[in-house]
Amino acid sequence: MNHLLERETGKKLLLLGNEAIIRGGLEAGVRFATAYPGTPSTEIADGFYHISLQEPLYFEYSVNEKVALETAAGAAISGVRTLCCMKHVGLNVAADALMTLAYVGVKGGMVIVTADDPSLHSSQNEQDNRYYARLSGLPMLEPADPQMAKEMTIAGIELSEINQIPVLLRTTTRVNHSRCAVTLGDLPEIKAPEGNFEKDPFNLVVVPMVGRQLHLRLLEKKKKLQEESEKSPFNFTEGTGKWGIVTSGVSYNYVLDAVEDLGIKDKVTIFYIGMSHPFPTQIATDFLNKVESVLVVEELEPYLEETLKVTAFEASIEKEIAGKGDNLIPRHFEIDPGIVKKAISNFFNLESPPAETLSVSEVPSRPPNLCPGCPHRATYYIIKKIVNPETIYPTDIGCYTLGVLPPLSMADFLICMGSSVSSAGGFSKAQKKPIVAFIGDSTFFHSGITGLINAVTNDHNFVLVILDNGTTAMTGHQPHPGVEFGPQGKIEPKVKIEDVVKGCGVKSVAVINPLQIKKSTETIQKLLDSDSRGVKVIIAKSPCPLYERRVMGKKQKIVFEITDECDLCKDCLELACPAIFYEKAREGEERIFINETLCSGCSVCAQVCTAIKAKKKN
Amino acid sequence: MSSWRIFCTGVGGQGTLLATYLIGEAALKAGLPVMVSEIHGMAQRGGVVESAVVMGDRKSPIISDGEADILLAFEPSEAMRALRKCNSETLVISNIVPLIPFTVSSGKESYPEVDKLLDSIRNQVRRFIGFNALELARKAGSELSQNMVILGVLFKHGGLPIDAEIMRDMIRTKTKKAFLDVNLRAFELGYSL
Repeated sequence: MNHLLERETGKKLLLLGNEAIIRGGLEAGVRFATAYPGTPSTEIADGFYHISLQEPLYFEYSVNEKVALETAAGAAISGVRTLCCMKHVGLNVAADALMTLAYVGVKGGMVIVTADDPSLHSSQNEQDNRYYARLSGLPMLEPADPQMAKEMTIAGIELSEINQIPVLLRTTTRVNHSRCAVTLGDLPEIKAPEGNFEKDPFNLVVVPMVGRQLHLRLLEKKKKLQEESEKSPFNFTEGTGKWGIVTSGVSYNYVLDAVEDLGIKDKVTIFYIGMSHPFPTQIATDFLNKVESVLVVEELEPYLEETLKVTAFEASIEKEIAGKGDNLIPRHFEIDPGIVKKAISNFFNLESPPAETLSVSEVPSRPPNLCPGCPHRATYYIIKKIVNPETIYPTDIGCYTLGVLPPLSMADFLICMGSSVSSAGGFSKAQKKPIVAFIGDSTFFHSGITGLINAVTNDHNFVLVILDNGTTAMTGHQPHPGVEFGPQGKIEPKVKIEDVVKGCGVKSVAVINPLQIKKSTETIQKLLDSDSRGVKVIIAKSPCPLYERRVMGKKQKIVFEITDECDLCKDCLELACPAIFYEKAREGEERIFINETLCSGCSVCAQVCTAIKAKKKN
Repeated sequence: MSSWRIFCTGVGGQGTLLATYLIGEAALKAGLPVMVSEIHGMAQRGGVVESAVVMGDRKSPIISDGEADILLAFEPSEAMRALRKCNSETLVISNIVPLIPFTVSSGKESYPEVDKLLDSIRNQVRRFIGFNALELARKAGSELSQNMVILGVLFKHGGLPIDAEIMRDMIRTKTKKAFLDVNLRAFELGYSL
């Protein structure tokens, strides 16, 4: 049985923050969930997916975050309790829907999870999505740990349904990917969504005259939510000391440890702001009146700090309020207990012995790399060999972004999902160097198609390579519309990439299996040599080897070895395969060998060099 | 305050996250307050995988530089990289078998001499326990059981307030049935060091 379906109320389970959010959703009667996977939110989607296989609850991996939110909106406006989750930058994609859904509101409770990623563990930026609450007018809850994440998911659904407005649950990586003991509550029977849509066009069809009324209603709702925030159990103070510390999210834990370590528990009052929007102005004013000065401990932007300063100004309270600063809390990256301890010591003038550090000698870097047998490596290798060395490579978001690292060095421009296709068009119109853009299959469906139509329409001139490994690999093998292989074997794809490309108006399309080097090279060469200008598309199709092994249960029969014929030409090293090792002994003797445990048997290296031969895997 | 802050480091594929999770489950079973933190996603494509288990009277799920009580290293160069988390009172438990990173295998960077590397760690911390986890894992029946060997050493020498029998129970109930015997053998080999 799925551990999240445990029925013993009061039982404690060691849950990941993301699992706690799922459990909270289930305890709150969520029957409909949508998501596009993205670290650190992915396990929420995967968990709902697995539950949907055995319970009548509806879950879908939507094509992108905007689609996920709009699909969820359809359910929530029909009165179904709904959860929609995404990573922080996913909310940018969904922002268009978010802003006006805030006007329209919901009937069934709806929680939108935005998982922020301070320190950019797996992201292209570390934007602070608390501003989305202020921008959209939606209430926002921010948990400090998995237990609170579960409670807030339940409270969020209730708050949403009572006030007929979506609620944002903002987490950060250290909440999503931390585990702690979570106490289970009652689990109601999990049922299929049974919504009922009632026609109400003059409240649900946002033409200007409706939008004007809805904005006024949103402002009314916000007043009521303000009252909710003032009495929310998630906004609380601890202690009665004169030194004020304001915090939220995971930082709260760092504050508690620092206060304990510094032995200042009787001197401080800690103000936790778990419902950060609407801001609990009255509690904040009372707090400001009681303390002498305030340190705000928050990750990323000075969001609470600035709000608190406005609150102080409006209440004519003149007290020192600080947060971001050289000797305090940095505005970039994650913070940790040590940083908080130092900031508290500096701000309240405490003696704090500097943390002892040891001498760390230099060790080789260990960047992530494309796996052995990854077909993207072969595609990169083939293309690099035959195109003009000046070629520009706009790329996209997925495992293949790792191609940026030398020696492959096959990435020149990336800003967000889908930017490969559209930026390639811009490059082709603005400068003369040739362009080969790369996009993954799932990313193509997510946000590559509109760019491709735009390129065809506006006569952009570039080659687009769609790296089709049959799955959303980077986030852990979620399906996408073009999936052709599943645990059952070959399946008919719902939407064929080739059909989409042709449907977008692309005339030159070639499909290759990149693991066949010679044949693929010829096909691509032919496509490149053809006279036609415009967009040419290569679909490089070969399944992700991890997916083949883990999901499809494929067994590997052969491995490759480097034979005595090796003349140390090092061509094979250009593949950057993690299974191929180069070793130079201290006496200067060189050798190249293949690690049999790592080798996936893809045979690409053997097609590059005749000194590499297959043998049976032990 | 009494607490145990264990910083775990290794390479994607070595089973560091499973080991971290099992320590967390064992702590929960033993009735200790526990927080575990992990990093998923991009880090797992052959990169460094770092995680933390914090038990006892502490709230933070992560460990700051210089504040680890125990460093559990699955690879020697990663032990050195993670030494920033340690202080002179830290217990370092480390596998001594290198996993050569791609930057070295492609001839771009070099791997330091393992003995010197380990000496440098040994000289700076309260106690250093180095051992060949790969050899013991092979002896147990599978190279993949290195994480269980390392857990065995941790439960023998780590001074944790959790009975080793609880960890054996976790291995029995929370790891894959097909690997159960190998995992338990590997744990015992580590535990007997």
